[in-house]
Amino acid sequence: MDDKTLTRDFGVADLHEVGVYRGRGGYAAVAKALKMAPPDVLCEVQKASLRGRGGAGFPAGVKWGFVPQNLPGPRYLCVNADEGEPGTFKDRYIMLHNPHLLLEGIVIAAYAVGIHEAYIYIRGEYEAVAQRLETAIAGAEGKNLLGKNILGSGFDLDVFVHRGAGAYICGEETALLESIEGKRGHPRLKPPFPAVVGLFNAPTVINNVETLSNVPAIIQNGADWFLKQGLPKDGGTRIFGVSGKVKKPGIYELPLGTRLRALIEEHAGGLKEGCVLKAVIPGGLSAPILTAEEIDLPMDFDSLAGAGSMLGSAAVIVIDRETPMLEVLRITSKFYAHESCGQCTPCRIGTAWIHKIVTRIAEGRGEPDDIDTIISLASNIKGKTECPLGDAAALPILSICRKFRGELERSLK
Amino acid sequence: MSRAYSETLLRKIDELVARYPKKEAALIPVLRLVQDEAGCLAPDEEEFVARALGLKKMRVREVITFYTMLTRRPLGKYHIQVCTNLSCSLLGSGPLLDYLREKLAIGVGETSPDGKFTLTTVECLGACDRAPCMMVNTDYHGNLDAAGIDRILAGLD
Repeated sequence: MDDKTLTRDFGVADLHEVGVYRGRGGYAAVAKALKMAPPDVLCEVQKASLRGRGGAGFPAGVKWGFVPQNLPGPRYLCVNADEGEPGTFKDRYIMLHNPHLLLEGIVIAAYAVGIHEAYIYIRGEYEAVAQRLETAIAGAEGKNLLGKNILGSGFDLDVFVHRGAGAYICGEETALLESIEGKRGHPRLKPPFPAVVGLFNAPTVINNVETLSNVPAIIQNGADWFLKQGLPKDGGTRIFGVSGKVKKPGIYELPLGTRLRALIEEHAGGLKEGCVLKAVIPGGLSAPILTAEEIDLPMDFDSLAGAGSMLGSAAVIVIDRETPMLEVLRITSKFYAHESCGQCTPCRIGTAWIHKIVTRIAEGRGEPDDIDTIISLASNIKGKTECPLGDAAALPILSICRKFRGELERSLK
Repeated sequence: MSRAYSETLLRKIDELVARYPKKEAALIPVLRLVQDEAGCLAPDEEEFVARALGLKKMRVREVITFYTMLTRRPLGKYHIQVCTNLSCSLLGSGPLLDYLREKLAIGVGETSPDGKFTLTTVECLGACDRAPCMMVNTDYHGNLDAAGIDRILAGLD
């Protein structure tokens, strides 16, 4: 299919080498952007309605526009490559197969905002991917596509790979900043927002890998073209990652608004032999669960929000009827209890308490009011924490308890 | 008694520090380099890193204890980390973890008496398309079953 932008060339041998990438037309968007005025680049991305692919779906162009242009001192770009949302593996594919696409997006974003230093914050477990990025950066520097006076434009940009050390919370943008600064990944209270007070207290743009990787095509083909690839308020394609009980787990780049049913039944090959669909997590573990009856939804930010869930990182986890929902609840509560940074009491205590209760139920010692207690605890995390991890824990737990209450109550006896 | 660190390590630390406007920003990458060389981040390593970056020792320790990949105790030669998050569990990581426990004769969080293996669980590794998966040191292994685990273990000296 030729409507793919990010994954179209994934099959090309040695695409990660700068010469091969350029042979496919790579870095033409950088050359084009560097001949435009930075505000025009910004304007094109704003018109394209490129929404953040990390999870929150905030429009990237609007974020870039928040950076004050009149303050003295440096500004920074931080690339969020901390891909830790359970079920998500799309950014690993982009960085491994097409690292120069990301680098191209980084150059254009930095040029539009007037940034000369970018850090790619990559999760520590992705060591092979980090090395791939470092090789790509060196290759681009060798061809004057990064570094000083890029392509003779007078624009300078240095890009560094910064390895994390294992902490889901560092995917939260302000925790990511703290982590680059060499601290515990404790999210900051907002405002001030990173666009004004970010890395080293300087104005900072933070974008996800997939978000930035969409920028070259927007500059090359224009915002109108990009919008036609998706929906009016939601431009472009999305890389959906499908995992769980399907025949063909993997990444599928499809227009935003593709039906969840088509994604599971056609693209991912349907459920494994002998499995019957029970539930789907549509946007990474933080997204509230959908029942088998809800899969006719279009996969875009607004449709899923309207159904009480979220598109998040577009990681689709498919659950079959043989899987007890108590086990799904146990894994979910274990994850958030483990990953809560400990800064806010409702999240630190609440997630651990819920996990304790669920573990007790799983050991056959459930009590009649356990589900109500879990719902009460989760409700007291929701909206009461500094960062979105609290909601990310509470909402899927609440959705499992409410949609599968009957089944969960049967495990109490 | 503090140990001697290699010239390569010292040079790499300088390179890392030069990337940031503040020295302490290099802390996490530096800790990972030092851990790779020393095996773990014991008090000697804390002191070395604190001095190299001009930080208090407690400032270094509070970072070490926050991140799962930083360890204060030595690990086995091969650190096996099995993902037990949802996508991997749906495809059988639970029984595979039991298989490893039995085969290595150690529990989760333990190191074999010969110092060869440490077995732990880990949260999502970002390789759910190849579930169930695990890491052996920095290498990813996916689409695992018992026979696959046997092959991987047989290849480790």
